[in-house]
Amino acid sequence: MRILVVEDDEMLVDGLRTGLGLAGLTVDAVSTCADAEDALKSNAFDAVVLDRMLPDGSGLDVLARARRAGDRTPVILLTALNDSADRVNGLDAGGDDYLGKPFDLDELAARIRSVARRAAGRAAATLSWGDLTLRPAENSAFQGGLRVNLSRREFAVLSGLMERPETIKSRAELEERLYGWNEEVESNAVEVHIHHLRAKLGRETIATVRGLGYRMGSPR
Amino acid sequence: MTGSLRARLLGALVIATGVIWLAAAVWIDVGARREVERVLDNRLQDAAHMVSTLAASGRLAADGGRGAPVIVPDATAYMHQLSCQIWSFDDQLVAQSGGAPETKLAADGSGFSDREINGERWRVYALEDSAKGFRVLVGDRLTLREGLVAELIKGLLWPAILILPLLALAIWGSVRGALRPLRLIAQDIARRDGDDMRALDASSSPEEIRPLAGALNSLFAKVEKARRHEREITAFAAHELRTPLAGIQAQAQIAVAAADSELRTKALRQILRGVDRTARLVTQLLALARLDAEDATLTPEAIEIGATLEEIAELCRAAGPEVEVRINRELRSARVVAPREPLTLILRNLTENALQHTPPGGAIDWRLSESPDGFELCDQGPGAPEAELPLLTRRFFRGASQAVPGSGLGLTIAELAAARCGATLSLSNRTDRAGLVAKVVFEGEAIRINQA
Repeated sequence: MRILVVEDDEMLVDGLRTGLGLAGLTVDAVSTCADAEDALKSNAFDAVVLDRMLPDGSGLDVLARARRAGDRTPVILLTALNDSADRVNGLDAGGDDYLGKPFDLDELAARIRSVARRAAGRAAATLSWGDLTLRPAENSAFQGGLRVNLSRREFAVLSGLMERPETIKSRAELEERLYGWNEEVESNAVEVHIHHLRAKLGRETIATVRGLGYRMGSPR
Repeated sequence: MTGSLRARLLGALVIATGVIWLAAAVWIDVGARREVERVLDNRLQDAAHMVSTLAASGRLAADGGRGAPVIVPDATAYMHQLSCQIWSFDDQLVAQSGGAPETKLAADGSGFSDREINGERWRVYALEDSAKGFRVLVGDRLTLREGLVAELIKGLLWPAILILPLLALAIWGSVRGALRPLRLIAQDIARRDGDDMRALDASSSPEEIRPLAGALNSLFAKVEKARRHEREITAFAAHELRTPLAGIQAQAQIAVAAADSELRTKALRQILRGVDRTARLVTQLLALARLDAEDATLTPEAIEIGATLEEIAELCRAAGPEVEVRINRELRSARVVAPREPLTLILRNLTENALQHTPPGGAIDWRLSESPDGFELCDQGPGAPEAELPLLTRRFFRGASQAVPGSGLGLTIAELAAARCGATLSLSNRTDRAGLVAKVVFEGEAIRINQA
């Protein structure tokens, strides 16, 4: 999953990048309202972690403008003020969840997964297709009840496909989920990961749709 | 002025009304008395003429009927009030009405006169008929007159006296009614809780109340602004304190969870940085709180700026990047008379701020100002957009660019501390190159330069 973090504190951003990375999330970070708006316009993120107090304005304004523009990306607000009035106006501005600073990294990761899941229209914490089950919280995959070891990127590609098993995902869409801005995209990376996934799970698991991309194969 | 406005208004109205009422009563009394006397005098006159006419045409003759005077018996009770005598010119009583005294009612001559007879005061009109040779005297007793006047006055004054309480009631009622808008405003304010700073609706109030309501509204607005400011400061402070804590917690969790030692070491280093930053912030906040709270007068002493700056530069060198701190010779030999703690706060915070903005390898310059009443510090940083200059001393303001991680409190503290020293801090951009000039100007002759 690819997450946009809007926060101006360098150390916290570093902590989120590393910490959420350990939880299997890819983090892009910006530090101002202006950059956040640009980032939201140009990329499809699975979720946004938004600080309320930014150097050039309020995170709430960014959120309200994005919602007015029709952006439905789930947003978790980070705030130093954790009283109820504050939470109410944060949620009213279009926030999906709210977390007071300081917070537990695991809790933030869980909330990110939860809002992303809800946005994708699923309530369950696991993804299932045929005999495959993914648990995003633990980055673990099971086939027919047996655990399959997947790398972080393999897991990201597979969960990207399993979120909407019957829709086709282009290579570019899958790449976007794999890499943050600072990371060099290796050519053929998606093909390589698909290749590995097929080797581990069976050739029929992922179907290639020529010229368009990939989708999950018919469930066994 | 204290006491009840209503009581004062009531008192003033009652006294004024009472005085006017009394004056009216006196006026009525005097006027009625005069009128009654005029009417009664006319009656005396009429009666005298009537009697004289009757006497002239009748059987009375001044030279005739010598002997016992004719006594005309009383006809009515009313007539009894008047007494009539007819005297011949040779002082013979020719005739008299019943009840009239034997004594002559008036001396010689015609017209009105007052006289006391047998202890009673009389008002008499005399009419001489020189052709027939007799004088007609008609008089009435003044006590009777007084009684009549008193009756009349009583008839006039009684209703006025009865009206008094009604008048008082009307005054009380209208005062109460007139003060109602005040009472309504008081009730409106009394009903509010402490957070309710809505403006009072004065549109329907009388114009005397409007200035009061206006003043209250502007006070409400000021209080509301101050509270909003305070809330913002609290929000900022919470943000500034909790964000590094969140960073520390995140890094600590990474350190705990990290499998490889490189990641763990990096996280631990970040934690140390975070703790250092937070500690600095707390120091700044405490300094700020002390400056905000301090109202005791501080004792100024002569402080050597050079030595103090040297110390500060030493401390900063130990912590910060490679930026040279230069102190010019004149400033080195200067002493400033100021309280020590705020002066140190000014010097330290300005130095730290300049060091933070100046790139490594650069230098910051402390020197005496051209006008000898202050000193200034030039850095080699980027300076600030002109529009941001007045905002730099705001709490937690760090500029939109945020190039430098600071607490956003340093310049605030410097400004407040300068005020404590009786000095002012002004910030401007350097004209010779990029950079900020922070100038501290003292009042009077606080700065002394050692000539030695």
